[in-house]
Amino acid sequence: MIKPTLRNYKRPVYITDYPTGPNCESGHLVDKNSGWRTFRPTINLDLCKGCLRCYLLCPDGVIFKSNSKVDVDYDFCKGCGICAHECKFKAITMTKEDKE
Amino acid sequence: MKYEEKMFVSGNEAVALGVCLSRPHVISAYPITPQTVVVERLSELVEDGSIDADFMHVESEHSALSAAMGSSAVGARTFTATSSQGLLYMAECLHYASGGRFPIVMMNANRSLALPWSIYGDLRDSLSLLDSGWIQVYVEDAQEALDMIIQGYKIAEHKEVLTPFMVNLDGFVLTHTYELVQVPNQQEVDHFLPPFETVNKMALDAPKSLGFSSTPQDNLEFKYQQHMAMMKSIEIIEASDREFGQRFGRTYGGMVDAYKCEDADAVLITLGSITGTARIVIDQLREEGLKVGLFKIRYMRPFPVNEIRELGRKVKAIGVLDKDISFGYEGTIFTNVNSALVGPDSPKVTMNFVGGFGGRNISKAEIAKMFHDLLFAMKGKPYDRVNFVNLGVKTNEIRK
Repeated sequence: MIKPTLRNYKRPVYITDYPTGPNCESGHLVDKNSGWRTFRPTINLDLCKGCLRCYLLCPDGVIFKSNSKVDVDYDFCKGCGICAHECKFKAITMTKEDKE
Repeated sequence: MKYEEKMFVSGNEAVALGVCLSRPHVISAYPITPQTVVVERLSELVEDGSIDADFMHVESEHSALSAAMGSSAVGARTFTATSSQGLLYMAECLHYASGGRFPIVMMNANRSLALPWSIYGDLRDSLSLLDSGWIQVYVEDAQEALDMIIQGYKIAEHKEVLTPFMVNLDGFVLTHTYELVQVPNQQEVDHFLPPFETVNKMALDAPKSLGFSSTPQDNLEFKYQQHMAMMKSIEIIEASDREFGQRFGRTYGGMVDAYKCEDADAVLITLGSITGTARIVIDQLREEGLKVGLFKIRYMRPFPVNEIRELGRKVKAIGVLDKDISFGYEGTIFTNVNSALVGPDSPKVTMNFVGGFGGRNISKAEIAKMFHDLLFAMKGKPYDRVNFVNLGVKTNEIRK
């Protein structure tokens, strides 16, 4: 699985530490966004047929192939639920995140 | 001055020549009266190979500036032009371009805003966008228009400025009138304006994410940076004017152009082409022995605050001629001038003359009357803060 490169965002100290206008080097993220999630997709591997519909439709590209079925990169899944909605075999269920 | 050529051209054609000499890579513009000729000439110059540029046909002004930003983002020298309703239609993109620090040069033909619909000139279009983060220069004649396109790139692309640049010409009065213009030699322009170099761009070997969002933690810093770049541009504007003068023999005074202000009691502040008419009035009134002067503001952003304070210390009365109004208050130039004068530099009298809307002419006699009003007010006669010039009817206060 190809995961986005995470790089720590160093807070600027001087104004010249900022780029000229809002731009930066491409190809990395500064934060995981698992914290955005209210509901978490869980894949029932007994029901999953490995059709890859969810893999194709995930807007964030966080579903990946795993042993001829699929798995989720929970670091970057935002919990939108499209995978569960689209699964023809009801193999994906959304469960409330336990946030403390 | 070397190898210059004289040409008899309109203000619009002078702009097109200035663009041609600046060697842009991309021209992205949508035609609108009274700017249309600029777009027509540039498309012809691209077609016949005089400019090695891509001419982008776009479906609107919003797209014109959006496309200009895209090309500027890869380090291309980019030009666009508009007017009036078109400028307002691209208003969203104006802020985008300045916030993204894309040094685009744009010509704007100053024209009235609807309603009532009018194709004729006043300054209500560009002055309503003073806060969009663009450098704004107002030119008096076709020569200054041509020269300021070239200087515009020099200033906008300076690494400490990187701010888009708007060259404003009065619609019709300047865009459609013809005059003899000195066209600089290409080699000389190339020396004055080398190719655009910046690290602040998207490149194949250094891909960038451009135009990202910011949280409240960083937004203010980006805007502070933009403000400081604009303040810095004052120095660059003055240096550019001096260097242009050394190379081409023409200087314009930098931020402002003062005419017979040294010993003046009353001074009128103007923008753009009306300044030419006002110069003649000054000469006439000087012959009559009146101590009057003229002060042309060239740049509205950045604003010539120091020059105006210095003027305020020297004179007794300042009049501001506004071809615009912020309804419910006063002319926008007047507001800006007065805020610079707050404190010990304020002269005894400041008066606002509002008029010339939608192509209404302002005659020499009316300008002379402004000076007489200023001189009377200076001697203690009661006066109004905001005065409409040349209303074609009587107002109802004096209806019998």
